[in-house]
Amino acid sequence: MKNVLALVLCLFTCIGCGQPKQDANTVTLWHWMTDRNDAFQALAAKYEEETGIKVQIDLYPPSDAYTQRIIASAQARVLPDIYGILDKKQVFASFIESGFVADLTEDFAANDGEWEKALFAKALDVNRFKEGNIYNIKPGIYGAPIDVTNIQMLYNKKLLAKAGIDKAPQTFDEFLAAAQALNRIGVAGLVSGWGELWMADCFASNYAFNIMGEEKVMATFRGEVPYTDPDWIAVFNVFKRMADAKAFAPGIVTKPNKDAEQSFALERSAFSFNGSWGVNAYHGMNPDLDYGVMMPPAINPDNPMYIWGGAGSSFVINGASQNKDQAVAFLKWFTARDQQVFLAQETKNLPSNRKALSKIPEVLSDYAKAMDNTTHPTIWKYNEHPLVAETYLKGIQSIIIGEKTPEQVAGEVQAVKEREMAKAEKRK
Amino acid sequence: MPALTFKSSKLLRAQDSFTSFAFVLPALVIFSIFYVYPFFDIFNLSLHEWNGISFKRTFVGFDNFSELGVDKIWWKSVWNAMYITIMALTLQNALAFALALACDREIRMKNFYRVVFFLPPVLSEIVVGLIWRWILNAEMQAGEHIGLLNHWLVQSGLPHLVHEWLSDPETALTCIAVVHCWKGFGWGFIMLLAGLQTIDRQLYEAAKVDGANTLSTFWHVTLPMMVPVILVVVILTVLGSMQAFVLILSMVGQGLVYHTEVPVTRILASMQGVNRFGYACAQGVCFAGILICISIFFKMISDRAKQV
Amino acid sequence: MEKDNYRTRNFLKYSFIHIVLASVAMTCLFPLFWMLRSSLMTQSTIYTDKNLIPSEIIFENFATAWVQGNFGIYFMNSVIYTVSVVVLIVIIASLAAFAFSRLEFPGKNIIFYMFVLALMIPLPGSFVPLVVLMNKIGLADTRIGYILCMTNVGLSMSILMLKTFFDKMPSDLEDAARIDGCGKLGIWWNVALPLARPAIAVIVIFNSLNVWNEYILAQLLLSNKSLMPLQRGLMVFQGSNINNDPVLMAGLTIAVIPIILIYLAMQKHIIKGLASGAVVG
Repeated sequence: MKNVLALVLCLFTCIGCGQPKQDANTVTLWHWMTDRNDAFQALAAKYEEETGIKVQIDLYPPSDAYTQRIIASAQARVLPDIYGILDKKQVFASFIESGFVADLTEDFAANDGEWEKALFAKALDVNRFKEGNIYNIKPGIYGAPIDVTNIQMLYNKKLLAKAGIDKAPQTFDEFLAAAQALNRIGVAGLVSGWGELWMADCFASNYAFNIMGEEKVMATFRGEVPYTDPDWIAVFNVFKRMADAKAFAPGIVTKPNKDAEQSFALERSAFSFNGSWGVNAYHGMNPDLDYGVMMPPAINPDNPMYIWGGAGSSFVINGASQNKDQAVAFLKWFTARDQQVFLAQETKNLPSNRKALSKIPEVLSDYAKAMDNTTHPTIWKYNEHPLVAETYLKGIQSIIIGEKTPEQVAGEVQAVKEREMAKAEKRK
Repeated sequence: MPALTFKSSKLLRAQDSFTSFAFVLPALVIFSIFYVYPFFDIFNLSLHEWNGISFKRTFVGFDNFSELGVDKIWWKSVWNAMYITIMALTLQNALAFALALACDREIRMKNFYRVVFFLPPVLSEIVVGLIWRWILNAEMQAGEHIGLLNHWLVQSGLPHLVHEWLSDPETALTCIAVVHCWKGFGWGFIMLLAGLQTIDRQLYEAAKVDGANTLSTFWHVTLPMMVPVILVVVILTVLGSMQAFVLILSMVGQGLVYHTEVPVTRILASMQGVNRFGYACAQGVCFAGILICISIFFKMISDRAKQV
Repeated sequence: MEKDNYRTRNFLKYSFIHIVLASVAMTCLFPLFWMLRSSLMTQSTIYTDKNLIPSEIIFENFATAWVQGNFGIYFMNSVIYTVSVVVLIVIIASLAAFAFSRLEFPGKNIIFYMFVLALMIPLPGSFVPLVVLMNKIGLADTRIGYILCMTNVGLSMSILMLKTFFDKMPSDLEDAARIDGCGKLGIWWNVALPLARPAIAVIVIFNSLNVWNEYILAQLLLSNKSLMPLQRGLMVFQGSNINNDPVLMAGLTIAVIPIILIYLAMQKHIIKGLASGAVVG
């Protein structure tokens, strides 16, 4: 017993010691990107060497825990100088409104807009609030993108050839036919990590834009077009047609993205719907995988196909930061060409600086080609109410598993939409 | 004179109560700081509409609660959790009790079993999720089932039972419940074993002398002695199963429509998905109420059992 | 004849028990085996090599996990947290449970039920007020703060468990100790604690596992990397864009060993209850 007590005493002495105080001249940065931490740390060391300013970079993975930490730290007023917000535009707006995020518009405009021009407009738009935005935020730019990304379809060349298909399907009907041909040789069609709902949202949104065009989608969000509109039924029908043609890998609705990546890499499925980050994962699991990148095959030939993409990750600066100027200086340096090239090469993510694009690893260039055709909920003028979005995505799941028809789902989504609109009306 | 004695004995008793109370004090202090304060904050929040970030909290009275009352998805999630809990109470605890009884007697390799049965609770959810997703996988490769279960079903000549286990509403929740039971029975096992070990062996001997068979010894000696421990196991099983969610996330991600939703995943969805902290807090308070009611219910049953 | 019959029946009975035990044991051992096996492979062979014993065995993953996961510091921190929390919980919970079970004071039962039930129900979103509070009282980013929070988490289950065991304690032992001149504290230390050994063993296991695997609270309360627990190191291998399962499995294997050791050490005391069980009951 005496031993135990001695041990406890020892421990409590340990507990008391060692709390280095933070230097006023250090810039602090919190992030969640495990895969990029080493590269970030290397850049921070380089920055300290060049300027003498220390940037303390702390990693708090995984992203859910990181988000909780940011929310709690905001309430306790202990946010760092630089951090990222991993959430909807609406939440971003709320951070700005509460003064947790500094307005960077002037910094971007300085020197004839030098900083602004260097970065991809699409990526910058994620951090931009336009004139007359629905959140009533003062127009301006509130964050800096550090990389870009997009989500497309991939096809396994070897498996397609084996099923007697010589080129990637161009139209939706060709795609369904390909999936059936693949099924005959015992290979599944499309795999994707739809256990993470936003991936399914992304796929559905691609087709909504293709079938009815951006304007009509936005009109639906505003409540002017009902979800029972034939065009929306057609969107829901995409999933029904694919399910009927057995074009989905078994169990797609509850698959985590990592399992989906495994299924494509190990050639159980011939198509994959995944982001540019997947390139790394496939290489790790199966270095010989021979695949190509394609847009999801269009249904409506008159409208272009839009995919999700834009800023992969962005950093913002704490509105209450004592070190705002130093933080801005660091972010400017961080997004400059040389550092972006370094990041792209080290982490195989697409750089946000357009001048760095010529130097990216080869595998990514196919992904990068589609950057012009990207869109993202954070740059839309309107966003759907999250509760409606949830009903809509869960509805898509039930179509895939054959539990409900597209018409039933459309009706349910519309009912929730009307209820939420009535509630918002009442609140006014 | 008599008055004085009376006073001093009262004083003594007060002093006695006070020193007794001092035993509880450290626990009470920690409880008050780390639980009571956040609890009142949460309760206060449940009466507000708040997005988690803004300084603006709109007081809405009991609106969140009245909305919750008619939230079909919420009540479905409560039912789903109850389903898992009922499975755990019956399947898991029966298994745990049976194994504890087996290991309580003089049996070969019992030390080995004691260690092995405690492995599932120790294992990380990541490993458990990975393994079970593999076992229940419905994919094929080169005409063969990847998933062990489907593979085994085909091998045993039952190909008609092959299923998409985790994406079929008929089976998803049951699969989750079974894995939950598998992961949790080790706890019941060691607690029940600890309880069994404290039963006086002489009681068994006496029962034997009286000519009681194994079953009646169990019924008349073991079970009555075990009531308090069983109650603890039951309450912990209920609380643990009602709140299980990490396993669900690791097995079916954000869920199969609403068939695998449980209260905790709904609360997380309100907090992170919809950014309605007030509503999430109302859900939390409601959920706490449900759990307390269930616990009291079991407490009453066990009091009955003790009297009989 | 009858003896033979009895023997066969006994043999059949024990065979049946053993078959059941062994098959359950198999399902418990399999994941552990799989985890170990995966930790000895590479990312490209982990899902393709179908042999039970991988054809190519690599031990590097353990070194990689230890270094990349910064396990040196984190491991020590986790040991500190686990030992401190467990010791605190055993002392505080057994004191409280002893009082709830054997002593008298006004409001005893009400405090007990409120306490145990309320504590067992984690409140969603209570992390927000908790972090604000910890920052206000200056305990954020300190070991003490984290230890106290974790103590709070395990307290109620431990009190409930211990009270159940104290309730079964025969009062004649207590009386004997009182006659020997023991005060309340003396009875707690000399009679109650030794008798509740199996329950304490269960509590130690339960809380060790809890603290050892805890991550979210550490992530919220601690900023200083040198204070972070082991689970922080594991997170490095499971971020959303990280794909290195063998190293993750190696890290998980390292992380699970201490818990199994604690269990091995403690389960002996559960069994030792045999000896003390002669008096309790």
